[in-house]
Amino acid sequence: MDFTLTDEHRMVQKMVRDFVQKEVGPIIKEYDRKQEMAPFVLPRMAQLGILGINIPVRYGGQGFDYISLGLVCEELEAMDSTLRVVMSVHMGLNSMAILQWGTEEQKQKFLVPQARGEKYACFGLTEPGAGSDVAGMASTARRQGDEYVLNGEKMWISLATKAHNALIVARTHETEDPHDGLSAFLVELDRPGIKTGDIHGKLGVRAGSTGWISMTEVRIPVANRLGEEGEGFKIAMSCLDNGRYTVAAGATGLIRASLDASVKYCHERKAFGREIGKFQLVQQKIAHMVRDYEISRLLYLRAGWIKNMGMRNTKETSLSKWFATDASFEAANQAIQVHGAYGYSDEYDVERYLRNSRGAIIYEGTSEIHQLMQGGYALGYRKDGELRCELPAYDEEFWNAEA
Amino acid sequence: MKIVVCVKQVPDTAAKLTVENGKAFWGDAPLIINPWDEYAVEAALMQDGADVIAISMGSESALDALKHALAMGCNEAFLVSDPALIRADSQATAKTLAAAIQKIGSVDLVVFGRQAVDSDGGITAAQTARALGWPVLSLASSVSAGGGTVKVTRSMEEGQQMVEGQLPAVVSVVKDIGEPRYPSFMGIRKASRAQIPTWTLADLGISAPTSVVHWPELISPPSREVICEIITGDSPEQIAATLADKILAEKVI
Repeated sequence: MDFTLTDEHRMVQKMVRDFVQKEVGPIIKEYDRKQEMAPFVLPRMAQLGILGINIPVRYGGQGFDYISLGLVCEELEAMDSTLRVVMSVHMGLNSMAILQWGTEEQKQKFLVPQARGEKYACFGLTEPGAGSDVAGMASTARRQGDEYVLNGEKMWISLATKAHNALIVARTHETEDPHDGLSAFLVELDRPGIKTGDIHGKLGVRAGSTGWISMTEVRIPVANRLGEEGEGFKIAMSCLDNGRYTVAAGATGLIRASLDASVKYCHERKAFGREIGKFQLVQQKIAHMVRDYEISRLLYLRAGWIKNMGMRNTKETSLSKWFATDASFEAANQAIQVHGAYGYSDEYDVERYLRNSRGAIIYEGTSEIHQLMQGGYALGYRKDGELRCELPAYDEEFWNAEA
Repeated sequence: MKIVVCVKQVPDTAAKLTVENGKAFWGDAPLIINPWDEYAVEAALMQDGADVIAISMGSESALDALKHALAMGCNEAFLVSDPALIRADSQATAKTLAAAIQKIGSVDLVVFGRQAVDSDGGITAAQTARALGWPVLSLASSVSAGGGTVKVTRSMEEGQQMVEGQLPAVVSVVKDIGEPRYPSFMGIRKASRAQIPTWTLADLGISAPTSVVHWPELISPPSREVICEIITGDSPEQIAATLADKILAEKVI
C-alpha cells in the first residue's frame, strides 16, 4: 500500500493552492459580505484548466486522474467553499455524468466545451417540494415527436444563473415504482421557457451562486436525453457518487483551514501569561481537528483510488462525504471557540468556515441519508446493482491521448 | 535563442529561522523554488520563441525547483550536484554554474532572480557573468532579448534607466518583470515525467572550486526589550503634557 502522492499530484495541489491564495484570498471576504460571486472566478478557473482537470484530453480536459480532482477540491475549499461548489456541480454532477453515460455525440456537444471551460454546467435534481425524496419530484418531460417538453421547477441549484448547460432530471412516465419513471436530460439554459434566478439570504456559501431554474414548455431534442428513458434515478444517483466525492474532499480542506487558522492563533494569542496553545483544553480541540482531517483525507483518497480503478464506490464515497462534512462543521465550530470573541466576527475567517460548512451536511445527501445508507450496507439491506454504464476507470494512456 | 535560467531550492519563505551553535535551521519547513527565481523563469519564458533551459546547483531536493520551472514551461532542466559543492560560497557557485552554462553551449542569455531568499547575497548573477566573461545587467524590471542584444529597464528612485548590452549576457530580474505564471496542467504532466539529468563536477570537467567566503558565525538578533506604558490623566491636555515630558526625558526628540 502506497500512501505517497505522485509528483504530478503534488504539483497540481501547489498550483491550485497558489492560485486561490494569490487571487481569491484577498477578495473573498468582500464578496462573501456582498453575497455575490466574484466575476473572475469562473473564467479564471476555466483559463487555468481546473474546470476540466479529470476529463480525458480527447474530450477537452486536462487528462488527470480522479485523485487529482479530490486534491483540487481540498485546495479550493481550504480557501472558500464556493470555489469547490463550482467543481461539485460543473464537474462531479454534470461533466462526469456525461463521461459516464453520454453518447459520443453528447460528449462532443456538451462535454468538450464544458471540459475546456467554454461552457459552465450545473445540475437540476432538487425541487421546492422534493429533496431527499428524489422520486417525489414534480417536474415532467413529455415526449412529442422528436422532442421532449419540460415543465417544472428546480431549487437550490448551484450556478443556476451562471451555467450554460444543466443536467435536469424529470418524470417521463408514471410507473408503479416512481423511481422507474424518471429520465435525465442535458438542457441548454438559453432555451425558450427557461428562467433562472439567484437565492439570497443563505447562511453560508455567500460568495457563490445558488439559485432556481423554472421550466415552462421547454422543448429539447430527443438527442439531449442522457441515458435511456427511465434511467433518470440511476443516473442521478451515479452523479451523486461523483458530486459527493468533491464535497468530501472539499470538506477535508475546510477542516485543514480551520486547523491552520487555529494553530496560528494559538501561537499569537496569550492568556494568563502563556500562549493559548499551552492550555490542554485548547490542545484537545486542535487534536480533534488533526484527527478528523487525517480521517477525512484518507477516506476521500480511498474513494478516489476506487474511482481510478473503475470500481463502484457508492458506499465509500457516502461514508467519506458523511464523515468529512460533519467533521468540518465541528472543526469550524471549535476553531471559533479557539479564536474566542474574534472568531465570532468576520475579522477572522473561521466564522465563514462555519457558515460554509453547514450546507454540506444537507446537500448531496443529508447526513441522515448517509447514515441510512451505511446502516443499510452493514445490515445487508442495501446492495449496489450493476449499472449499464459505469464511471470509466482512469486509464492514463487513453486519458492523455489526443482524439 | 537559447536562454538558461538559474534557479535555487530554498526553505519556504514562511519558515521560521532559528540559529543554534552558529548554524541556521529552518526546521522541517517545506522547500520551494526561490520566489525571485520564478520571476526569472517568467522573464525567460516571455522571450518569443526562446529555448529555455533551467539549471540548479544543489542536492537532489533541488529537482523540485527544476520541475516547477519545467511545469511553468521551460523546455529542459539540468541539476548540478556534487558532494564537493556542499557549503559552496557564491563565487564557487558562480564558477560551477558558468561551467554548466558552457557545457550546455551556444547560450545567448542567462537569467537570475535578484537574490535567493535563504542567503540573501544577491551577487551570484554578477559573479557568474564574471566567470563567463559576459556583461551583467542587474535588477532588470523588463527584459527584451533578440538580434544580438538585450535591452533591460532598471527601475531606480530617480526614474527608469534603459540599458542595452551585447549578447551573450547575464541579467538578474526584480518583481516588476510581471507576476510569474502558474504551472499549466500540461506542464505539470510533462514535468512530473521528466528525467532530469544530474551533472557532477567531473561531468562539467572542473575541479571543486574553492570557497573564499565563510560564515564563521551566525547569531540571532538580540530580542528587544519593549516596555509599554499607558499614560493616564484627567484631561487630554494633561495626558499630552505628561507624554511630552516623557518624550523629552527619554531624549526621543
